[in-house]
Amino acid sequence: MKKVKNLQEVTIRFAGDSGDGMQVTGSQFTSTTALVGNDLSTLPDYPAEIRAPAGTLFGVSGFQIHFGSTEINTPGDACDVLVTMNAAALKVNLRSLRDGGIIIANTDGFNDKNLKLAGYDRNPLEDGSLSKYQLFSLDITKLTHEAITDLNLSNKIVDRSKNFFALGMMYWMFNRPLEPTVNWIKERFENNPDLIEANIRVVKAGYNFGETTEIFAVQYEVKPAPLKAGKYRSVTGNEATAWGFIAASVKSGLDLFLGSYPITPASDILHELAKHKNFHVKTYQAEDEIAGVTAAIGAAYGGALGITSTSGPGLALKGEGINLAVMTELPIVIIDVQRGGPSTGLPTKTEQADLLQALYGRNSESPVAVVAPATPSDCFAMAFEASRLAIRYMTPVILLSDGYLANGAEPWLIPDVNRLPDITPSFRTDPEGFYPYLRDEKTLARPWAIPGIPALEHRVGGLEKQDTTGNVSYDPENHEFMVKIRQEKIDRIASNIPPAEVEGDPEGDLLVVGWGGTYGAIKTAIEKKRQEGKSVSMLHLRYLNPLQKNVGEILYKFKNVLVPELNLGQLAKVLRAKYLIPALSLNKVQGLPFRAVEIEKKIDEIL
Amino acid sequence: MSLVQEYIDKYKDQVLPKYTAKDFQSDQDVRWCPGCGDYSILAQVQRVMPDLGIPRERFVFVSGIGCSSRFPYYMNTYGFHGIHGRAPAIATGLRIARPDLSVWVATGDGDGLSIGGNHFIHTLRRNIDVKIILFNNQIYGLTKGQYSPTSEFGKVTKSTPFGSVDHPFNPLLVALGAEGSFVARSLDRDPKHLQYVIKRAAQHKGTAFVEVYQNCNVFNDGAFFQFTEKDTKDENVIFVEHQKPLIFGKEKEKGIRLDGFTPKVVSLKDGQYSVNDLIVHNEKDTMLSFILARMSSIPELPRPAGVIYAVERPIYEIEIQHQVELATQKMGEGNLEKLLNKGETWVIN
Repeated sequence: MKKVKNLQEVTIRFAGDSGDGMQVTGSQFTSTTALVGNDLSTLPDYPAEIRAPAGTLFGVSGFQIHFGSTEINTPGDACDVLVTMNAAALKVNLRSLRDGGIIIANTDGFNDKNLKLAGYDRNPLEDGSLSKYQLFSLDITKLTHEAITDLNLSNKIVDRSKNFFALGMMYWMFNRPLEPTVNWIKERFENNPDLIEANIRVVKAGYNFGETTEIFAVQYEVKPAPLKAGKYRSVTGNEATAWGFIAASVKSGLDLFLGSYPITPASDILHELAKHKNFHVKTYQAEDEIAGVTAAIGAAYGGALGITSTSGPGLALKGEGINLAVMTELPIVIIDVQRGGPSTGLPTKTEQADLLQALYGRNSESPVAVVAPATPSDCFAMAFEASRLAIRYMTPVILLSDGYLANGAEPWLIPDVNRLPDITPSFRTDPEGFYPYLRDEKTLARPWAIPGIPALEHRVGGLEKQDTTGNVSYDPENHEFMVKIRQEKIDRIASNIPPAEVEGDPEGDLLVVGWGGTYGAIKTAIEKKRQEGKSVSMLHLRYLNPLQKNVGEILYKFKNVLVPELNLGQLAKVLRAKYLIPALSLNKVQGLPFRAVEIEKKIDEIL
Repeated sequence: MSLVQEYIDKYKDQVLPKYTAKDFQSDQDVRWCPGCGDYSILAQVQRVMPDLGIPRERFVFVSGIGCSSRFPYYMNTYGFHGIHGRAPAIATGLRIARPDLSVWVATGDGDGLSIGGNHFIHTLRRNIDVKIILFNNQIYGLTKGQYSPTSEFGKVTKSTPFGSVDHPFNPLLVALGAEGSFVARSLDRDPKHLQYVIKRAAQHKGTAFVEVYQNCNVFNDGAFFQFTEKDTKDENVIFVEHQKPLIFGKEKEKGIRLDGFTPKVVSLKDGQYSVNDLIVHNEKDTMLSFILARMSSIPELPRPAGVIYAVERPIYEIEIQHQVELATQKMGEGNLEKLLNKGETWVIN
């Protein structure tokens, strides 16, 4: 029997070439870890190139998972274990490993060529430079070959299963069951019995290697986390987003139409929705971003829930289309899965720098509602909420997700579908007193008069409309009135959304205000600092336009306000302008999420 | 069943009223310049509408930006005046969501072939069932007189005081090259022919593209007069008809014969050639459609007008609808609870 050690939380990073299957390995470890009841958070970190040249630094693909028996809110600041398939992966990822952490290195990936490509003069596995870590060097490639040598598979295929050997070892090290992955392999390679046999044998060989060899002295145990009772699943932000829209479609009775042009990191929303045609979902892969949004507008005009998904550069292209929806007052949702920019920027990395683009990035006075999910699973709730607001207020709504939320996974307490909020659209049918721009007194929404209803024939378009009649109007007073009423309509949304809630005390020395995917890092930091006795609370905004009515009231109760953002201070700018407070900024624009410790350090500086 | 379907179904048994052209005139004042060719196109469309057997509320006219794009305001149907060049994309989304509607696009040479060129070709390629009428006046009217992508090489305009060095598009060839399934041309000053072509477009299943030679009497007056005016028209236009030989001329004394792959004008009077030597038009002949369309680039040949090409092939939004029906049959009507609970789940007590 080997020694078993209990741990509260662990962070593992799998790293290798982009062709090494690190993302698959990571997602498998994630699913299994979710199934054993740990709380978890993940960070896939992969290059923009699909198969960058093997062994290069820019071709390194990583997948980090943080799991534990306590509440887990971030993918982990520093890794406890780094599984590295080659020299480049070690070079790129070593800085994320804590002192004393474990390195499991595939020696086959450290030959002369690999070392040269990674820029090592000497082999770090042999020169003692890794002495402050626990280093385990083994030839994973050779061990994989030996496990399935009798199957007579090509070298290429065998090489490609070595990630499962590493996965098997990790399953042993952290005492996880193999069944979920075995079942996944059977489903994944349904039509190829050889690959099923090979992969299952390799993952088992990895597991057995851990158990039987003398190399690893300790096995670790991470007990299930005390999550709220109920039924859970693992979900990524993009999956949750897609399902949120399907839920909104089911609840509203409106058919879902997605117009989209493929773009990283948003394409998975298109892929996911394309699978669900039995929900009457129609996905349209458009010729460009502009066609994606304008087709969604056409569909919304016809009575569908029209949505379009994109990332930052695509949002820029859609600007004029969004304004057409502002002017024609049609309900569409635009999903922006933010990534590093400007221009093409860092397509596979995360950032939060499209906030001002979402709020203001169109010509003239162009108010739209903007909402942002806080965690991967929250994408479901906010996609649903964006749809609800779009329909109720007859307006475009922008949903600001980001690359970290989109690809990150976490356990999700599956919601009761019967308890989702109602969405009750109605189409105008009565010709008596019908005017295309005669507004609802409460919401200021105009009637949704879809083609096909007799005696309501009317024209809409991008030219300024006369109040009530909707006829084209160049009248100066009318234009000013319409500009103001479009703004007023968006402002009134504040009456139909829940108030903002502070986590921590309602007043004190410091309020940390965040939005979007930084929730987990801020929460982790705040909890730590509160345990240390500091007077710090947090406010996480999921509604960015309009802001909730009580935001000002909350801000004024704190001596200091700190706004951590993955940009150069965009929300801080908005809060300063609106509430005239000297909000402090903490900014990071490296294509990576915050580490909790970075926020903690800033809090320590202030308090 | 979807909510839209519930609403629409309420009207499915109503008796189709007997419409006249007047029923398709909106209450808005028409604001094109007096003498503009657009008036005729509007009038001919309004004349054809009553004969199509479609309830008025099922028509939607979509447009982009430009003089032609004011068209929807003047039609007493549902109308959507979009943004520059995007009408085909708006119409595509509308048709995919609502295959029960008759969707029309009014566009121009700038709107359709310049800023909106991408949507134009992809709509034709997908064979979305929309009717695209392209008002070609070879000039930018609304922005007051710059050259357009169909203006002739060397054209002097406000933006090309030394003459344009842009090679023009031939709209019929663009449409055919984009795999258009219905490609036709007509003239603003030939109401009967224009009505015929619009009606054929309306009856076509799939994208119907109609180029209309339209006179801009302010910025490009007379650009097409050699094809539209009484004394020159017969010599310069050949009206093609399905399964009829290509004959033209004041006294029907000339025809088009193929010399290799090259169409040539021959006389039927001097005894050398007879009607039997001429090209016989076939709307379904892909190769011929390209030859006819290319005739417009050769100055000594008459311009073809009429239905150049008309074939049926799968319609994008109908195929999508089939997939939805098939998926629903195979997988059962979507169940949200099942969706959220599919795959691996675990229970925490």
